[in-house]
Amino acid sequence: MEHLIALVGNQNCGKTTLFNQLTGSNQHVGNFPGVTVEKKMGTMKRHKDITIVDLPGIYSLTPYTSEEIVTTDFLLKDRPELIIDIIDATNIERNLYLTLQMMELNIPMVIALNMMDEVVGSGNSIDVSGLSEALGIPVYPISASKGDGIIDLVNQVNAMLKNQPPVHHVDFCSGEIHRAIHAIRHLIEDHTERLRLPNRYVVTRLIEGNEQLEQELGLTDEECHIIHHIVEEMEKNLQTDREAAVVDMRYNYIEKVCQQCVFKEGETNEQIRSEKIDKLLTNKYLAIPIFIGIMFLIFYLTFSVIGGPLQELLESGIDQFNQMLSGLLQTWQVNELLQSLIIDGICSGVGSVLSFMPIIVVLFFFLSLLEDSGYMARVAFVMDKFLRKLGLSGRSFVPMLIGFGCSVPAIMATRTLSSERDRKMTIVLTPFLSCSAKLPIYGMITAAFFSQKAALVMITIYCIGIFVAILSGLLLKNTVLKGEPVPFVLELPAYRIPSYKSVLMHMWEKAKDFIKKAFTIIFIASMVIWFLQSFSWNLTLVADSSNSILASIGNFVAPIFKPMGFDDWRASTALITGITAKESVVSTLTVLLGSDNSMMLSQMLQTIFTPQSAFAFLVFTVLYMPCVAAFAATKKELGSLKEALYCALFQTGTAYVVSLVVYQLSSLLM
Amino acid sequence: MTLDLVQPGTSATVEAVGGEGLLRKRLLEMGLTPNTLVKVRKIAPMGDPIEVYLRSYVLTIRKEDAAKITVKGVK
Repeated sequence: MEHLIALVGNQNCGKTTLFNQLTGSNQHVGNFPGVTVEKKMGTMKRHKDITIVDLPGIYSLTPYTSEEIVTTDFLLKDRPELIIDIIDATNIERNLYLTLQMMELNIPMVIALNMMDEVVGSGNSIDVSGLSEALGIPVYPISASKGDGIIDLVNQVNAMLKNQPPVHHVDFCSGEIHRAIHAIRHLIEDHTERLRLPNRYVVTRLIEGNEQLEQELGLTDEECHIIHHIVEEMEKNLQTDREAAVVDMRYNYIEKVCQQCVFKEGETNEQIRSEKIDKLLTNKYLAIPIFIGIMFLIFYLTFSVIGGPLQELLESGIDQFNQMLSGLLQTWQVNELLQSLIIDGICSGVGSVLSFMPIIVVLFFFLSLLEDSGYMARVAFVMDKFLRKLGLSGRSFVPMLIGFGCSVPAIMATRTLSSERDRKMTIVLTPFLSCSAKLPIYGMITAAFFSQKAALVMITIYCIGIFVAILSGLLLKNTVLKGEPVPFVLELPAYRIPSYKSVLMHMWEKAKDFIKKAFTIIFIASMVIWFLQSFSWNLTLVADSSNSILASIGNFVAPIFKPMGFDDWRASTALITGITAKESVVSTLTVLLGSDNSMMLSQMLQTIFTPQSAFAFLVFTVLYMPCVAAFAATKKELGSLKEALYCALFQTGTAYVVSLVVYQLSSLLM
Repeated sequence: MTLDLVQPGTSATVEAVGGEGLLRKRLLEMGLTPNTLVKVRKIAPMGDPIEVYLRSYVLTIRKEDAAKITVKGVK
């Protein structure tokens, strides 16, 4: 029998690490019926019949961010057979809050008490069996990063799935609220049974006040009236409001349990260490210089020290492979047209893109280090005030930083933002921050025109992107996306050394994505471009590609770019194919200019661009609409094709204007 | 007195959380319930937000939101 179980926990509690431990490499991203958002799934090691869903890290089941909506919807509608609730033992009170909420769902649960090694190592202790008894849930102490305790946890999960013991979660309410809860429980029992909703969960939701739920349940006016009366009585007797009463009830029970089961001398060593590190990293004077320094170091290491040389190595490898293949094809006397398709079309197109893989993987390596170590949250803390001027919050900074790697995960990361307006703004602005797929373009252009000042040109391009994002933010804040300043409530997790497994898996995922893209989208795009540039409209082979189908399409679009000085059909064609994937700009120009090595490419580029127009071309590529994948992510996150199209239009329009200004100014000055 | 006025390095006990809607609920759910001991640890380099320590973890909130939390027993 197949089993579906869910892994749920707060943010920063080591959930992903545990997921990796439980599933090994058997992971995939899948869609679930009912909800449209992708979730990570995996099959349990040694128990292929158990599928684990890794739900987004959340603090409560109150729909505050869209990630919380995803998790709550999944737990309520898809009803997993069992929940593994992962808890950070160093921060047990707040982590148990979610546990108490989930206990109301009446789904079998197992608690994985993570980071027990840190608790014990700091001279503190937790009475695990006492905790288990107080909650009515089996509790297993683990250390996800070291792999301790995982086997016992898995055995327990497996046993519970096989034996299906009845759920005996402790009823933790008392006093006035207890009376209210039980009165309402009986009142709505028929409704919740009919709709198969967890009764206790619905009751607390109703006490907190939820008109939508009242309608969904189909409560009569009289029933609603009675509920409201009960709640008002409760408020009067407790002398507090309904929301505070419900939260207080849970924390009161948690405090009681912790007094009995948690023996704490003081902060853990890791927390003390974190406070010390923060004396430096969020220091009043040093925080911002250190942040800039770290970013600079990451880009320097990525492009100059590690990624760059690896890229050159890979490039020469690919060149040799192409030559070898070309030689082989000739000796085998393969049809010349086919030879041209393979060598000039596919190999040069895919190869030119593939060679950038090292840079992209290295960049993601550093970004995931920042994320997993806990530094990203500090960046949000330090930058919040600045981002608030743009009408955003410090939380938006994280997706934006990821945007320097790739816009797709960045746009998806906006799910952690609590306000709709914040999400929209971040989604529109993030693509302005140059993603790593655009690097090949900068590499190609700087090599041809600015080889003496490559670093300066690169930095300028990145800065133009950031600057335009800031200006657009101000513009949008005062026009389309007006609204209240958004709340900012963020945990600063203790600094931890990222697990090498998580980081490696993250890198491998990126590498896999990139290779897949190179051999699917880029592969097909290269073939299509080769076809379009080798044939004319009446499908005869052309000797000169300027008579080809592609040339006529490019020629049609080209005049638009005349004011920016790059009205050559090949440049405009490259921009069009760039929409499939930004790397295509490079592969298209490579194929169209008929060059098979980088020296020749540089020379050919100089025939269609001047330094000024080449720079304007770069500016346009940084800013114009993102690739199809990012566009699809935008559409999904905004939930509307129309809004996604507005986004693309705004981005492309901005690109046009800025590029025009840059070209005209630089032509005047030089 | 409200939480935003508590000097870094000193602690206070939460009396009540004002404001309304989801933000108030989030503050409560993150553990800022009445009678919770909170220590203000730091103010961000640009003067806002603030960093507080409660229930064995570190949280950051903006001053304007902290201003809605009344506290007592500052020490």
